[in-house]
Amino acid sequence: MTALAAILVRDMRLAVRVGGGALMGVLFFLVVVTLVPFALGPDLVLLKRIGPAILWLAALLASLLALDRLFASDHEDGSLDLILMGRAPLEMVVAAKGLAHWLTTGLPLLVATPLIGLLLNLDAWASAALVATLAVGTPALTFLGLIGAAVAVTLRRGGLLLAVLVLPLTVPVLIFGVAAANAAVTGPTPFGTPFVVLCALTLASLVVGPFAAAAALRQEME
Amino acid sequence: MRLSGSDLTCRRGGREVFAGVEFSLSSGEGLAIRGRNGAGKSSLLRMVAGLVRLAAGAIALEGGDAELTVGEQAHYLGHQDALKPSLSVGENLRFWTDFLGRRGAAIEAPLKAVGLDALIDLPAAYLSAGQRRRLSIARLIAVERPIWLLDEPASTLDATAQDRLGEIMQAHLNAGGLILAATHSPLELPGSRALSLDRPPRAPEEP
Repeated sequence: MTALAAILVRDMRLAVRVGGGALMGVLFFLVVVTLVPFALGPDLVLLKRIGPAILWLAALLASLLALDRLFASDHEDGSLDLILMGRAPLEMVVAAKGLAHWLTTGLPLLVATPLIGLLLNLDAWASAALVATLAVGTPALTFLGLIGAAVAVTLRRGGLLLAVLVLPLTVPVLIFGVAAANAAVTGPTPFGTPFVVLCALTLASLVVGPFAAAAALRQEME
Repeated sequence: MRLSGSDLTCRRGGREVFAGVEFSLSSGEGLAIRGRNGAGKSSLLRMVAGLVRLAAGAIALEGGDAELTVGEQAHYLGHQDALKPSLSVGENLRFWTDFLGRRGAAIEAPLKAVGLDALIDLPAAYLSAGQRRRLSIARLIAVERPIWLLDEPASTLDATAQDRLGEIMQAHLNAGGLILAATHSPLELPGSRALSLDRPPRAPEEP
Protein backbone atom coordinates (compact mmCIF):
# COMPACT_ATOMS: atom_id res chain seq x y z
CA MET A 1 0.00 0.00 0.00
CA THR A 2 2.91 2.32 0.73
CA ALA A 3 4.10 2.12 -2.85
CA LEU A 4 0.62 2.81 -4.24
CA ALA A 5 0.07 5.76 -1.92
CA ALA A 6 3.46 7.11 -2.99
CA ILE A 7 2.46 6.89 -6.68
CA LEU A 8 -0.90 8.54 -5.99
CA VAL A 9 0.61 11.44 -4.05
CA ARG A 10 3.42 11.97 -6.57
CA ASP A 11 1.12 11.97 -9.60
CA MET A 12 -1.28 14.42 -7.99
CA ARG A 13 1.61 16.68 -7.01
CA LEU A 14 2.98 16.59 -10.55
CA ALA A 15 -0.46 17.40 -11.96
CA VAL A 16 -0.89 20.56 -9.89
CA ARG A 17 2.71 21.79 -10.28
CA VAL A 18 4.11 23.78 -13.20
CA GLY A 19 3.59 21.92 -16.47
CA GLY A 20 1.01 19.55 -14.97
CA GLY A 21 -2.31 18.92 -16.68
CA ALA A 22 -4.77 19.35 -13.79
CA LEU A 23 -6.33 22.66 -14.80
CA MET A 24 -6.02 22.16 -18.57
CA GLY A 25 -8.84 19.60 -18.64
CA VAL A 26 -11.38 21.71 -16.78
CA LEU A 27 -10.45 24.87 -18.70
CA PHE A 28 -10.87 23.02 -22.01
CA PHE A 29 -14.23 21.73 -20.78
CA LEU A 30 -15.39 25.25 -19.88
CA VAL A 31 -14.22 26.74 -23.19
CA VAL A 32 -15.89 24.07 -25.35
CA VAL A 33 -19.20 24.23 -23.52
CA THR A 34 -19.17 28.03 -23.49
CA LEU A 35 -18.67 28.13 -27.25
CA VAL A 36 -21.73 25.99 -27.98
CA PRO A 37 -24.43 28.62 -27.12
CA PHE A 38 -22.54 31.14 -29.25
CA ALA A 39 -22.49 28.73 -32.19
CA LEU A 40 -26.13 27.63 -31.89
CA GLY A 41 -27.69 30.94 -30.96
CA PRO A 42 -30.05 31.69 -28.08
CA ASP A 43 -32.53 28.89 -28.72
CA LEU A 44 -33.29 27.82 -25.13
CA VAL A 45 -35.36 24.78 -26.09
CA LEU A 46 -32.65 23.45 -28.39
CA LEU A 47 -29.92 24.11 -25.81
CA LYS A 48 -31.83 22.27 -23.13
CA ARG A 49 -32.39 19.32 -25.45
CA ILE A 50 -28.75 18.91 -26.58
CA GLY A 51 -27.12 20.28 -23.41
CA PRO A 52 -26.39 16.89 -21.78
CA ALA A 53 -24.84 15.54 -24.99
CA ILE A 54 -22.60 18.63 -25.32
CA LEU A 55 -21.47 18.35 -21.70
CA TRP A 56 -20.72 14.67 -22.07
CA LEU A 57 -18.74 15.15 -25.29
CA ALA A 58 -16.73 17.96 -23.73
CA ALA A 59 -16.03 15.84 -20.64
CA LEU A 60 -14.92 12.94 -22.83
CA LEU A 61 -12.45 15.08 -24.78
CA ALA A 62 -11.24 16.88 -21.65
CA SER A 63 -10.44 13.64 -19.86
CA LEU A 64 -8.33 12.51 -22.83
CA LEU A 65 -6.18 15.65 -22.76
CA ALA A 66 -3.62 14.77 -20.11
CA LEU A 67 -3.79 11.01 -20.67
CA ASP A 68 -1.08 10.73 -23.31
CA ARG A 69 1.55 11.94 -20.84
CA LEU A 70 0.43 9.54 -18.11
CA PHE A 71 2.94 6.80 -18.89
CA ALA A 72 4.99 8.54 -21.59
CA SER A 73 6.61 10.98 -19.16
CA ASP A 74 7.57 8.12 -16.83
CA HIS A 75 8.93 6.21 -19.80
CA GLU A 76 11.07 9.12 -21.00
CA ASP A 77 12.77 9.85 -17.69
CA GLY A 78 13.40 6.20 -16.80
CA SER A 79 10.88 6.06 -13.93
CA LEU A 80 8.87 3.36 -15.71
CA ASP A 81 11.87 0.98 -15.59
CA LEU A 82 12.02 1.31 -11.83
CA ILE A 83 8.24 0.99 -11.52
CA LEU A 84 8.34 -2.25 -13.53
CA MET A 85 11.14 -3.54 -11.27
CA GLY A 86 9.26 -2.58 -8.11
CA ARG A 87 7.58 -5.05 -5.80
CA ALA A 88 4.14 -3.45 -6.11
CA PRO A 89 1.94 -5.26 -8.69
CA LEU A 90 1.97 -3.29 -11.95
CA GLU A 91 -1.83 -3.57 -12.29
CA MET A 92 -2.28 -1.81 -8.95
CA VAL A 93 0.29 0.85 -9.81
CA VAL A 94 -1.55 1.52 -13.07
CA ALA A 95 -4.84 1.76 -11.15
CA ALA A 96 -3.27 4.20 -8.68
CA LYS A 97 -2.06 6.35 -11.58
CA GLY A 98 -5.56 6.22 -13.07
CA LEU A 99 -7.08 7.30 -9.77
CA ALA A 100 -4.64 10.22 -9.52
CA HIS A 101 -5.54 11.22 -13.09
CA TRP A 102 -9.25 11.11 -12.33
CA LEU A 103 -8.88 13.09 -9.10
CA THR A 104 -7.00 15.85 -10.95
CA THR A 105 -9.01 15.96 -14.21
CA GLY A 106 -12.36 14.17 -13.68
CA LEU A 107 -13.25 15.63 -10.30
CA PRO A 108 -12.78 19.30 -11.34
CA LEU A 109 -15.20 18.64 -14.24
CA LEU A 110 -17.88 17.61 -11.74
CA VAL A 111 -17.33 20.79 -9.78
CA ALA A 112 -17.60 22.92 -12.93
CA THR A 113 -20.71 21.17 -14.29
CA PRO A 114 -23.45 22.95 -12.21
CA LEU A 115 -21.95 26.30 -13.17
CA ILE A 116 -21.76 25.45 -16.85
CA GLY A 117 -25.29 23.98 -16.72
CA LEU A 118 -26.59 27.54 -16.39
CA LEU A 119 -25.21 28.34 -19.84
CA LEU A 120 -27.20 25.46 -21.32
CA ASN A 121 -30.48 26.38 -19.63
CA LEU A 122 -30.46 23.43 -17.22
CA ASP A 123 -32.42 23.66 -13.98
CA ALA A 124 -31.10 22.52 -10.59
CA TRP A 125 -32.52 19.01 -10.78
CA ALA A 126 -31.17 18.43 -14.29
CA SER A 127 -27.74 19.73 -13.24
CA ALA A 128 -27.67 17.38 -10.26
CA ALA A 129 -28.58 14.43 -12.49
CA LEU A 130 -25.86 15.41 -14.96
CA VAL A 131 -23.27 15.62 -12.19
CA ALA A 132 -24.37 12.15 -11.05
CA THR A 133 -23.94 10.65 -14.53
CA LEU A 134 -20.55 12.34 -14.97
CA ALA A 135 -19.43 11.24 -11.49
CA VAL A 136 -20.17 7.65 -12.43
CA GLY A 137 -19.05 7.88 -16.06
CA THR A 138 -15.78 9.84 -16.00
CA PRO A 139 -13.85 7.14 -14.06
CA ALA A 140 -14.72 4.77 -16.92
CA LEU A 141 -13.32 7.27 -19.43
CA THR A 142 -10.05 7.53 -17.46
CA PHE A 143 -9.64 3.80 -16.95
CA LEU A 144 -10.40 2.95 -20.59
CA GLY A 145 -7.97 5.70 -21.53
CA LEU A 146 -5.24 3.95 -19.51
CA ILE A 147 -5.21 1.21 -22.14
CA GLY A 148 -4.55 3.66 -24.97
CA ALA A 149 -1.96 5.53 -22.90
CA ALA A 150 -0.10 2.29 -22.24
CA VAL A 151 -0.19 1.19 -25.89
CA ALA A 152 1.10 4.57 -27.09
CA VAL A 153 3.76 4.89 -24.38
CA THR A 154 6.84 4.63 -26.58
CA LEU A 155 5.53 6.89 -29.34
CA ARG A 156 6.68 10.50 -29.49
CA ARG A 157 3.32 11.78 -30.69
CA GLY A 158 1.10 9.28 -28.98
CA GLY A 159 -1.80 11.65 -28.32
CA LEU A 160 -3.47 11.17 -31.69
CA LEU A 161 -3.13 7.39 -31.64
CA LEU A 162 -4.49 7.46 -28.10
CA ALA A 163 -7.62 9.28 -29.22
CA VAL A 164 -8.15 6.93 -32.17
CA LEU A 165 -7.74 3.88 -29.93
CA VAL A 166 -9.74 5.06 -26.95
CA LEU A 167 -12.69 6.97 -28.41
CA PRO A 168 -14.36 3.88 -29.94
CA LEU A 169 -14.09 2.10 -26.57
CA THR A 170 -15.92 4.95 -24.88
CA VAL A 171 -18.99 4.74 -27.14
CA PRO A 172 -21.07 2.58 -24.73
CA VAL A 173 -20.23 4.88 -21.82
CA LEU A 174 -21.24 7.89 -23.91
CA ILE A 175 -24.53 6.30 -25.03
CA PHE A 176 -25.70 5.36 -21.54
CA GLY A 177 -24.32 8.48 -19.91
CA VAL A 178 -26.16 10.77 -22.29
CA ALA A 179 -29.29 8.57 -22.17
CA ALA A 180 -29.43 8.84 -18.38
CA ALA A 181 -28.75 12.57 -18.45
CA ASN A 182 -31.40 13.17 -21.14
CA ALA A 183 -33.93 11.15 -19.18
CA ALA A 184 -33.40 13.45 -16.22
CA VAL A 185 -33.48 16.64 -18.26
CA THR A 186 -36.28 16.08 -20.76
CA GLY A 187 -37.93 12.76 -19.79
CA PRO A 188 -40.11 10.77 -20.34
CA THR A 189 -37.82 7.71 -20.33
CA PRO A 190 -36.73 6.44 -16.90
CA PHE A 191 -33.43 7.66 -15.44
CA GLY A 192 -32.64 4.48 -13.51
CA THR A 193 -32.15 1.95 -16.31
CA PRO A 194 -29.40 3.68 -18.33
CA PHE A 195 -27.81 4.90 -15.08
CA VAL A 196 -27.46 1.36 -13.76
CA VAL A 197 -25.95 0.20 -17.04
CA LEU A 198 -23.53 3.13 -16.83
CA CYS A 199 -22.51 2.00 -13.33
CA ALA A 200 -21.92 -1.52 -14.67
CA LEU A 201 -19.78 -0.22 -17.55
CA THR A 202 -17.69 1.79 -15.09
CA LEU A 203 -17.18 -1.16 -12.76
CA ALA A 204 -16.10 -3.32 -15.70
CA SER A 205 -13.65 -0.70 -16.96
CA LEU A 206 -12.15 -0.30 -13.47
CA VAL A 207 -11.16 -3.96 -13.67
CA VAL A 208 -10.34 -4.34 -17.37
CA GLY A 209 -8.43 -1.05 -17.77
CA PRO A 210 -5.56 -1.65 -15.30
CA PHE A 211 -5.03 -5.26 -16.39
CA ALA A 212 -5.01 -4.44 -20.11
CA ALA A 213 -2.79 -1.39 -19.57
CA ALA A 214 -0.31 -3.35 -17.44
CA ALA A 215 -0.13 -6.10 -20.08
CA ALA A 216 0.48 -3.49 -22.78
CA LEU A 217 3.22 -1.82 -20.71
CA ARG A 218 5.03 -5.12 -20.12
CA GLN A 219 4.88 -5.85 -23.83
CA GLU A 220 6.07 -2.38 -24.85
CA MET A 221 9.07 -2.44 -22.56
CA GLU A 222 10.59 -5.56 -24.09
CA MET B 1 24.15 -15.07 -2.16
CA ARG B 2 25.20 -16.02 -5.66
CA LEU B 3 24.01 -14.53 -8.95
CA SER B 4 24.77 -16.37 -12.15
CA GLY B 5 23.87 -16.17 -15.81
CA SER B 6 24.41 -19.00 -18.22
CA ASP B 7 24.37 -19.10 -22.00
CA LEU B 8 22.67 -15.69 -22.21
CA THR B 9 21.57 -14.59 -25.64
CA CYS B 10 20.16 -11.18 -26.43
CA ARG B 11 18.24 -10.22 -29.56
CA ARG B 12 17.13 -6.65 -30.15
CA GLY B 13 15.15 -5.76 -33.24
CA GLY B 14 15.92 -9.09 -34.89
CA ARG B 15 19.70 -8.63 -34.52
CA GLU B 16 21.72 -10.86 -32.24
CA VAL B 17 23.58 -8.56 -29.84
CA PHE B 18 25.46 -11.22 -27.92
CA ALA B 19 25.24 -14.96 -27.42
CA GLY B 20 26.57 -17.52 -24.99
CA VAL B 21 27.52 -15.03 -22.26
CA GLU B 22 28.29 -16.59 -18.88
CA PHE B 23 28.93 -14.85 -15.58
CA SER B 24 28.69 -15.56 -11.91
CA LEU B 25 29.39 -13.55 -8.80
CA SER B 26 28.79 -14.03 -5.11
CA SER B 27 28.28 -11.74 -2.14
CA GLY B 28 30.92 -9.07 -1.84
CA GLU B 29 32.01 -9.31 -5.46
CA GLY B 30 31.86 -6.75 -8.22
CA LEU B 31 31.79 -7.49 -11.93
CA ALA B 32 32.73 -4.89 -14.50
CA ILE B 33 31.10 -5.43 -17.89
CA ARG B 34 33.27 -4.22 -20.75
CA GLY B 35 32.73 -3.94 -24.45
CA ARG B 36 32.68 -1.56 -27.37
CA ASN B 37 29.60 0.60 -28.06
CA GLY B 38 26.68 -1.60 -28.99
CA ALA B 39 28.22 -4.74 -27.52
CA GLY B 40 25.19 -5.15 -25.28
CA LYS B 41 26.43 -3.93 -21.88
CA SER B 42 23.22 -2.07 -21.11
CA SER B 43 21.11 -4.90 -22.52
CA LEU B 44 22.83 -7.40 -20.22
CA LEU B 45 22.09 -5.22 -17.18
CA ARG B 46 18.48 -4.73 -18.26
CA MET B 47 18.22 -8.49 -18.76
CA VAL B 48 19.26 -9.12 -15.17
CA ALA B 49 16.80 -6.43 -14.07
CA GLY B 50 14.03 -8.27 -15.94
CA LEU B 51 13.44 -5.38 -18.35
CA VAL B 52 14.65 -7.21 -21.47
CA ARG B 53 13.49 -10.68 -22.36
CA LEU B 54 16.05 -13.47 -22.54
CA ALA B 55 16.23 -14.93 -26.03
CA ALA B 56 17.99 -17.95 -24.51
CA GLY B 57 19.76 -18.90 -21.30
CA ALA B 58 18.89 -18.39 -17.66
CA ILE B 59 19.64 -16.06 -14.77
CA ALA B 60 19.64 -17.63 -11.32
CA LEU B 61 19.96 -16.21 -7.83
CA GLU B 62 20.86 -18.54 -4.98
CA GLY B 63 20.33 -17.42 -1.41
CA GLY B 64 17.98 -14.60 -2.26
CA ASP B 65 14.31 -14.24 -1.42
CA ALA B 66 12.59 -17.03 -3.34
CA GLU B 67 9.31 -15.07 -3.41
CA LEU B 68 10.84 -12.22 -5.40
CA THR B 69 12.32 -11.99 -8.88
CA VAL B 70 15.93 -10.97 -9.37
CA GLY B 71 14.82 -7.55 -10.56
CA GLU B 72 12.76 -6.99 -7.42
CA GLN B 73 15.89 -7.53 -5.33
CA ALA B 74 18.02 -5.21 -7.43
CA HIS B 75 18.66 -1.52 -7.83
CA TYR B 76 19.00 -0.31 -11.42
CA LEU B 77 20.88 2.89 -12.18
CA GLY B 78 20.27 3.49 -15.88
CA HIS B 79 21.19 6.25 -18.31
CA GLN B 80 18.17 8.22 -17.19
CA ASP B 81 17.93 9.50 -13.66
CA ALA B 82 14.18 8.85 -13.04
CA LEU B 83 13.70 12.31 -11.51
CA LYS B 84 10.78 14.69 -11.92
CA PRO B 85 11.96 18.26 -12.56
CA SER B 86 8.97 19.87 -10.83
CA LEU B 87 9.51 17.97 -7.57
CA SER B 88 12.17 19.02 -5.09
CA VAL B 89 15.30 16.97 -4.36
CA GLY B 90 13.75 15.73 -1.11
CA GLU B 91 10.38 14.90 -2.72
CA ASN B 92 12.06 12.92 -5.50
CA LEU B 93 14.07 10.81 -3.08
CA ARG B 94 11.14 10.48 -0.67
CA PHE B 95 8.95 9.13 -3.51
CA TRP B 96 11.44 6.46 -4.50
CA THR B 97 12.10 5.32 -0.93
CA ASP B 98 8.33 5.07 -0.33
CA PHE B 99 7.73 3.33 -3.66
CA LEU B 100 10.59 0.88 -3.27
CA GLY B 101 9.27 -0.14 0.11
CA ARG B 102 10.72 1.78 3.04
CA ARG B 103 8.14 4.20 4.31
CA GLY B 104 9.54 6.90 6.56
CA ALA B 105 13.14 5.93 5.82
CA ALA B 106 15.54 8.75 6.60
CA ILE B 107 16.47 10.61 3.44
CA GLU B 108 18.80 13.13 5.09
CA ALA B 109 21.66 10.66 5.58
CA PRO B 110 21.66 9.36 1.97
CA LEU B 111 21.51 12.94 0.68
CA LYS B 112 24.45 13.84 2.93
CA ALA B 113 26.37 10.84 1.60
CA VAL B 114 26.14 12.22 -1.95
CA GLY B 115 26.60 15.84 -0.85
CA LEU B 116 23.12 17.12 -1.72
CA ASP B 117 21.76 17.69 1.80
CA ALA B 118 21.91 21.47 1.40
CA LEU B 119 19.72 21.35 -1.71
CA ILE B 120 16.87 19.29 -0.24
CA ASP B 121 14.17 21.89 -1.07
CA LEU B 122 15.48 22.82 -4.52
CA PRO B 123 13.38 21.65 -7.50
CA ALA B 124 15.25 18.97 -9.42
CA ALA B 125 14.91 21.07 -12.60
CA TYR B 126 17.78 23.26 -11.32
CA LEU B 127 20.22 20.41 -10.73
CA SER B 128 23.23 19.86 -13.00
CA ALA B 129 23.71 16.53 -14.76
CA GLY B 130 26.21 15.42 -12.13
CA GLN B 131 23.93 16.43 -9.28
CA ARG B 132 21.03 14.54 -10.86
CA ARG B 133 23.20 11.46 -11.06
CA ARG B 134 24.21 11.87 -7.40
CA LEU B 135 20.55 12.15 -6.41
CA SER B 136 19.89 8.83 -8.20
CA ILE B 137 22.79 7.27 -6.32
CA ALA B 138 21.23 8.44 -3.04
CA ARG B 139 18.29 6.15 -3.88
CA LEU B 140 20.63 3.13 -3.80
CA ILE B 141 21.77 4.07 -0.30
CA ALA B 142 18.33 4.92 1.06
CA VAL B 143 16.69 1.60 0.17
CA GLU B 144 18.50 -1.65 0.77
CA ARG B 145 18.77 -4.03 -2.17
CA PRO B 146 21.47 -6.74 -2.37
CA ILE B 147 22.10 -6.45 -6.13
CA TRP B 148 23.19 -3.20 -7.76
CA LEU B 149 23.02 -2.90 -11.56
CA LEU B 150 24.91 0.21 -12.57
CA ASP B 151 25.02 1.47 -16.16
CA GLU B 152 27.98 3.83 -16.59
CA PRO B 153 27.57 5.06 -13.00
CA ALA B 154 30.52 7.45 -13.14
CA SER B 155 29.48 9.32 -16.29
CA THR B 156 28.83 13.04 -15.66
CA LEU B 157 30.43 12.78 -12.18
CA ASP B 158 33.46 14.94 -11.31
CA ALA B 159 36.63 13.44 -9.79
CA THR B 160 35.54 14.00 -6.18
CA ALA B 161 32.12 12.48 -6.79
CA GLN B 162 33.70 9.51 -8.59
CA ASP B 163 35.86 8.85 -5.53
CA ARG B 164 32.78 9.15 -3.34
CA LEU B 165 30.91 6.68 -5.59
CA GLY B 166 33.85 4.29 -5.28
CA GLU B 167 33.56 4.46 -1.48
CA ILE B 168 29.78 3.91 -1.64
CA MET B 169 30.22 0.87 -3.91
CA GLN B 170 32.96 -0.50 -1.67
CA ALA B 171 30.73 -0.11 1.39
CA HIS B 172 27.96 -2.02 -0.43
CA LEU B 173 30.36 -4.87 -1.30
CA ASN B 174 31.69 -4.96 2.28
CA ALA B 175 28.11 -5.35 3.50
CA GLY B 176 27.77 -8.46 1.34
CA GLY B 177 26.19 -6.87 -1.74
CA LEU B 178 26.75 -7.65 -5.40
CA ILE B 179 27.54 -5.12 -8.11
CA LEU B 180 27.27 -5.48 -11.86
CA ALA B 181 28.53 -2.37 -13.57
CA ALA B 182 28.80 -1.53 -17.26
CA THR B 183 31.74 0.78 -17.56
CA HIS B 184 34.43 2.08 -19.86
CA SER B 185 36.76 3.17 -17.07
CA PRO B 186 38.26 0.35 -15.01
CA LEU B 187 36.15 -0.29 -11.94
CA GLU B 188 38.41 0.75 -9.08
CA LEU B 189 37.32 -1.94 -6.67
CA PRO B 190 39.66 -4.48 -5.15
CA GLY B 191 38.63 -7.99 -6.00
CA SER B 192 36.36 -7.03 -8.88
CA ARG B 193 36.53 -8.99 -12.08
CA ALA B 194 35.79 -8.07 -15.64
CA LEU B 195 33.51 -9.59 -18.27
CA SER B 196 34.11 -8.70 -21.88
CA LEU B 197 31.27 -8.81 -24.36
CA ASP B 198 33.51 -8.17 -27.37
CA ARG B 199 33.56 -11.08 -29.73
CA PRO B 200 36.85 -12.28 -31.20
CA PRO B 201 37.22 -10.84 -34.69
CA ARG B 202 35.50 -13.10 -37.15
CA ALA B 203 37.83 -15.03 -39.49
CA PRO B 204 37.58 -13.81 -43.08
CA GLU B 205 35.36 -16.13 -45.04
CA GLU B 206 36.92 -18.32 -47.68
CA PRO B 207 36.00 -17.20 -51.20
